[in-house]
Formats: sequence, structure tokens, C-alpha cells
Amino acid sequence: MTPAARTGLYSETIRERWRQPRFRGELPGATAQAEDVNPLCGDRVRMMVRVHDGAVDAVRFTGDSCAICAASADVTAELSEGRPAAAAARLTTEDVLAVLQADIRPTRMRCVALPVSVLQEALRS
Amino acid sequence: MTLDTRTRGDFPILERIVNGHRLVYLDSAASSQKPRTVIEAMSQYYATSHANVHRSIHTLGEEATALYEAARDRVQRFIGAASREEVVFTRGTTDGLNLVADALGRTLRPGDEILITDMEHHSNIVPWQMAARDRGVTVRSIPVAGDGRLDLDALDRLLSPRTRVLAFAHVSNVLGTVNPVAQLSARARQVGAVSVVDGAQAAPHLPLDMSGLGCDFYTFSGHKMLGPTGIGVLWGRGEALEALEPTRGGGEMIKEVWIDHARWNDLPWRLEPGTPPIAEAVGLTAAIEYLEKLGMARVAEHERALARQTAEILPSIPGVTVYGPPASVERGAVVAFSVQGLHPHDVAALLDQEGIAVRAGHHCAQPLMRFYGITGTARASFSVYNSPEDVSILAHAVAALRTQL
Repeated sequence: MTPAARTGLYSETIRERWRQPRFRGELPGATAQAEDVNPLCGDRVRMMVRVHDGAVDAVRFTGDSCAICAASADVTAELSEGRPAAAAARLTTEDVLAVLQADIRPTRMRCVALPVSVLQEALRS
Repeated sequence: MTLDTRTRGDFPILERIVNGHRLVYLDSAASSQKPRTVIEAMSQYYATSHANVHRSIHTLGEEATALYEAARDRVQRFIGAASREEVVFTRGTTDGLNLVADALGRTLRPGDEILITDMEHHSNIVPWQMAARDRGVTVRSIPVAGDGRLDLDALDRLLSPRTRVLAFAHVSNVLGTVNPVAQLSARARQVGAVSVVDGAQAAPHLPLDMSGLGCDFYTFSGHKMLGPTGIGVLWGRGEALEALEPTRGGGEMIKEVWIDHARWNDLPWRLEPGTPPIAEAVGLTAAIEYLEKLGMARVAEHERALARQTAEILPSIPGVTVYGPPASVERGAVVAFSVQGLHPHDVAALLDQEGIAVRAGHHCAQPLMRFYGITGTARASFSVYNSPEDVSILAHAVAALRTQL
């Protein structure tokens, strides 16, 4: 595999989050959750949140998705956990991209965006 | 000497370098590449003969009409249709299936059934759901057996006098399974059902003879058979086509129009409202000429060999699963596979880094994916320009994948 593959689309962060996610799993006592699919590929992500006193106490995700989507879900969970719910709901794809440090092409942007939009939906519910 | 040594130089796009590598294009089942003759025929048409067809009483209009109708004759011969009136130009396979589903749907009554199969492309599922909707009509489906072929025992159970339509793919776009069109169509006829065949993955790869297939409708796309996008063919057996009431109106499909009614034109124009894809018909003619020069039997043999090579070599790589009938069985020019621990989109993206283009995802066949309990697969598919070396390059790259993520 070319060096470009290692540093380009699949950054170290994506590969590391894919291999060893920190926030993948069920969340007992979740106060809200949402799930959606990527119509392009059928990827499915469920985001579960536990909100306590207006703050996001815990976030976990499950689903069947590509490495980019899974890494995005993991980072999305990390960026929102411990924040006020209102602030977490304002999280954007750009925030996640800044952490992923990858050269995401337009066709794969939906892979990054899906967990963010699912989290927003969970926090709205 | 394999066929690609003759064809490769005819496809300008194959000279492209992608991500630093020679392009290995293994996504022809989604859309094939075009030989220079097709590209040139279309630009030549636009540069010299373009006008609207049928109603333009001037030189260019006559030339364009002659070219457009000559394409129909060419298609008629290519698919062994009994007459040129049986050949309707559409926008593609999806358009053809929708046309038939829409027209047949209007004749259905509560309690009627439409029978499809679990290996259909969404374009041969959703139009039938739409046809059934609000009419008290049920869509049922023939399951797939473990070997990737249709469970024909279940057909006996599912087919009944209530069945009005049997719609199925000639060749599965995922599994490559070649379904027995003549046998299925004959069974449909026994119960008085109309047979509708999605030939999108067959027309580019197999010699076709409509008179021998025995189905009522057959539809395919130009762009998967070396031709342009935006044109397809719906073939209908004379009386079956005659029985289709037009569902789309416009110019060209009428003989006379009053404010409150109209009289339909003859076939095939009755089913071709509006300005048709004229340049695309010219391109399709060139594509058929190209395929006929190679010989469809030779095309089929070449692609079958590539599919067999792939279906044999990929499962020998640790962690790789190939779907569909065993390599020894006749199959279409597609091989779907998965790599353990890797999502199909990651497989496709990593292969792209090596200049290899494969499809990944559910291939518009989600019911089939559910049958296998997966969200998607990667898929390599072949055309006349692919070589045994392309397969080796793919296998080599796939073998290296599991260390990449």
C-alpha cells in the first residue's frame, strides 16, 4: 500500500479509532437515542446519550459502518461527553473533521456527518 | 491471446493514471467504459446531423430520424426480436421496468399478486411496490437458496392463478447468478402471468435471442454495454407490448389530439413520448457494432473466464468470502466479496489508492444483503477490456488489505 493511503483518507486517528474505539458499546440508562442510515451504503449508526442536569453525562454508539463513520462516531461521542447538552447539540461535522485529520473526499463526507446528525437528533428527542 | 489484447487500445479512459497507478477498472456492472467509436459516433452526430426526429421536414431532421430508427433496427437484430415494433427506446433499465410496472399495475385488481425474487435490484422491486400500492395487490418474492441460486421449489408454492406478474433478473448484479429465463417464463405463462426480465447485467455479456427466451418483456441499459448513458431498451413480445396502455403522454406518442382526448400512435412510438435520446441511440448503435464485431459468444467466454478466475483466486486469500454460485457454475461477469474485519467501502477506498475501481455497498439489493446478514459487499465486475492481469492485480491488492486499517 502506498504511503498516501496511510496518511491520506485513512489518517492515523481514523485507523486507531477504528481498531480501538473508546465509545463503542451499549449505554445502560440512556435518556435518549437515535439511529439513522447512510442511504449510499446502508451504514447504520445508533447514538445513545445520558443527559443529567442539562449536561451530557455519557455517550455511546453502536452500528455497522465503515472505518470513517465509526471513527467519526467515536470522536463525536468524545467531543460531546461532559458538555452541556445545548453545546453538544451544536457540534458540527467540521469539529469532528478537525480531530480526524484526514483527507475526506466529498463522496465520503456523509460517513463523517452521519454520527453528528444522529447525535443531534438524539439530543432533540 | 485473450480478448482484451484486441480491445484495450480502443478505450481511451484506460490510459488514465489513478492515484499513481494504471487504472484497473472493475466496475463495468455499474457502468462500462466506452470505446473510441462510440464517443466519436456521438460527437460526429452532433457535429453534422443533429435535429429533432420524426417531425422535422428538412435534411438534418431526416438524417437524425434515419439514424435514430436505424438504431432500432440494429437493436432488433442484436437481441433477435421478431420485429422492429417490439423495440422501445427508454432512458435505461430502471425506466423500462417502471414503464412496464406502471402500465401493468393499472390492470391489477385486489387480490392479485406480483412475484419477484430476493435477488432483485431495487429497480425491479420498488416499481412493483408502487404498482401494488393502493390496489390491494401483494408483492411476494422467491427466496434465494444457499448456493446463490433461486429456490425453484419455492416457486411452486408461490406461483398461483393469483400471480399476474413474474419479474426477475436474467443475471444477478451481485451474485452473478444466471437465472433460467425460459423455464421461469414458461412457468409464469402456465398460470397466466406476464414475465418481465431485468436484463441489465445480461445484455452486455451474453448472446441474446428474444424469440428463444420466452419472456414477455425484457429490458436493459445502453451504458452498461459500452454505450452511452440515458438510453435503454424495452423489448416486448408483440401482443404483450400491444396490450400496454401508455402511461406517459406527450408529442410523438399520438396520432391525433383533441382538447378532451387523443388517439395513440402505433408501436413503438406510442411508448416514446417527447424527444428521444437521439445521440444516445447513435452511440448505442456504435456500441452494438463494436460488440458484434467481437462476437457476443466470445465476449461471454472472455468475461466468464475472468469471473471464474476471480471466484477461484479470492477465496484462497485469508479472510475473504465470495458470494454467489460456485466458481464452476455459469455466472455473469460479477464477483461480490467481503474481507473479514473491513467494511466494503473501506475495501473500495483502499483499492482505489492502488488505481483499482470496484463497487462497494449494498448494490441496490438490500433484501439480498439481509439474506446474507451483511450490509454490503465489494464487487468486481468485468467487460471486454479486462485482462487476467487485472484479476491478479486485484487479488494481490486484496491480499494486502487486512494490514492496512
